[in-house]
Amino acid sequence: MRSSQVLSESLRTSDVTNRHLKRRQRLDRAAEALILVFASIAMAIILLIFVYVGREALPLLWENKEGASVAATFAPPVVWQPVSTNPRYNVFPLFLGTLKVTLIAMLIGTPLALAAALYTSEFAPVRVREWIKPGIELLAGIPSVVMGFFALIVLASWLQGQFGFDFRLNALNAGIALALAIIPIIYTVSEDALNAVPNHYREASLALGASKIQTAVRVVFPAAMPGIGAAMILGFGRAIGETMIVLMASGGAAIVSLSPLDSTRTLSATIAAELGEVVFGGGHYRVLFFIGTLLFLVTSILNWVGDRYNRKMRLKLFGAE
Amino acid sequence: MRKAIDRSVVFLCGGATLLILLMLVIILSNITWHGMERLSWEFISQPPKQGMRAGGIFPAIYGTVLLVLLMSVAAVPFGVIVAIYFAEYAKRESRFYRWTRMAVNNLAGVPSIVFGLFGLGFFVHGIGQALDRGIYGGKLLLGQPSILWASMTMAVLTLPVVIITVEETMRAVPREYREASLALGATRLQTILRVVLPQSWSGVMTGAILAISRGAGEVAPVLFTGAAYFLPRLPSRANDQFMQLGYHIWVLATQSPDVEATKPILYSTVLVLLALTFLLNVTAMVIRKRIRSWATR
Repeated sequence: MRSSQVLSESLRTSDVTNRHLKRRQRLDRAAEALILVFASIAMAIILLIFVYVGREALPLLWENKEGASVAATFAPPVVWQPVSTNPRYNVFPLFLGTLKVTLIAMLIGTPLALAAALYTSEFAPVRVREWIKPGIELLAGIPSVVMGFFALIVLASWLQGQFGFDFRLNALNAGIALALAIIPIIYTVSEDALNAVPNHYREASLALGASKIQTAVRVVFPAAMPGIGAAMILGFGRAIGETMIVLMASGGAAIVSLSPLDSTRTLSATIAAELGEVVFGGGHYRVLFFIGTLLFLVTSILNWVGDRYNRKMRLKLFGAE
Repeated sequence: MRKAIDRSVVFLCGGATLLILLMLVIILSNITWHGMERLSWEFISQPPKQGMRAGGIFPAIYGTVLLVLLMSVAAVPFGVIVAIYFAEYAKRESRFYRWTRMAVNNLAGVPSIVFGLFGLGFFVHGIGQALDRGIYGGKLLLGQPSILWASMTMAVLTLPVVIITVEETMRAVPREYREASLALGATRLQTILRVVLPQSWSGVMTGAILAISRGAGEVAPVLFTGAAYFLPRLPSRANDQFMQLGYHIWVLATQSPDVEATKPILYSTVLVLLALTFLLNVTAMVIRKRIRSWATR
């Protein structure tokens, strides 16, 4: 008798707590839904960028304002001359310029960054390491406009004074500054990769009588190779898209030349330099957005490939991501 | 022989490291040395005069600060919520997680000039003009470059910075904290709001600081979305244009009719921007180091 009383009593109170609990659960579910919505928006942004940059370029497919069309961006003659009575929109000179500056930056930046990463992860005493990493982080924190300024005012004059170049501003000058901008990303990603190599790799190699340096160069470095590949790809992507440095330091002549000592203009710098002065919705405007779409696609593919390489390495080393 | 090769490998790697750090030191000391010449209270508190050959850079500082504040208001809460998804809700094997993760990683690698185009196409011509048509009856108010759209563009650019930093900190919160909270009958939301988030506070701070430092230095995204060469008045409404430090540096360095005359001003402007971003970066680094040592303890 008594036990049933207690039971009904407890049922009544549990009714109250139940309602309370239900409300809390509803709130919980609502919050989870909201968080998912925000995550979806974050995912949608990348699509929005593609759609809204591409949208401004799309009319190139059927319009032909001021001679601007998709075909015009690769039709001969090979000149970029968007502001003239007979405008030419061939992007090849810009494409070549981008490739030239990017390659110079990679040639200078990659060996330095990789060597520094190897030094930090394998050879440097702990105390020294604690100085290198913040130093490189600070280098990464220098705004690209400041790097561009330095290349424009200081580096260009110094290079010309030392080597007597014909043009003060040229692809080499921009390439060096760009190298400084991509060194931190190559360094950070590859140093992470080297650090991710499990210690038993090193121990096994040392136990077989290899020296510390042999271990680093022949065992650790190859094991981290996919990650190092990722670092180079990400650095390449960053270099292609970098704008302010090349805008300020490369000279800006849209010419077809393979010489690193000629004044050069890149795709990104062209957008930055010209979009401010074009007619909204005109042919030139559309071509610049077309270039932007290309840049977006190329860097996205590079990022995606870089990410895959990184994942592949973790799979290889740990059997999991 | 063996030893000689070994030693030269270490020597070369160490030399490369030293060279990188040396370049950093050269850049910093060059800018500090020449930048100090002109730096004064007047320089920081006065507007430019005589076609930017004299006076200070106050409007550019004001514009930059306003820009990053508006940007943080949008980017930080948004980024924190997405980070909560990544750290607390995401199922690692789900397709949605993989796609979102890929999108955010990709967003971090989009060139800044493309963000500029996106800001112009999406915010100014897309949302802005739609609002003008829909609400303001076709009057041109929001459908033009302005500080509002520039800061929104910058918010999109810095979003991955916030997400990645906050997520990292949230993952560092020990699992036992969550389990204890759930075992006491707290719901998932309560656990996140009362246990995980308070523990990740320093991560939110670091994310915001890193985002601000990035946003203060970027120029390409604001080129077409609201930055102006010179304005006689400070921006006071959302649809005003603004002056920005980085943009001002670009203008002084490349558009000035007399480069030699503006050089001291240019140097000091660079020093101000550099000092600002460095201060922010060093602060973030210190907080981060604390988080890491706390996480490993």
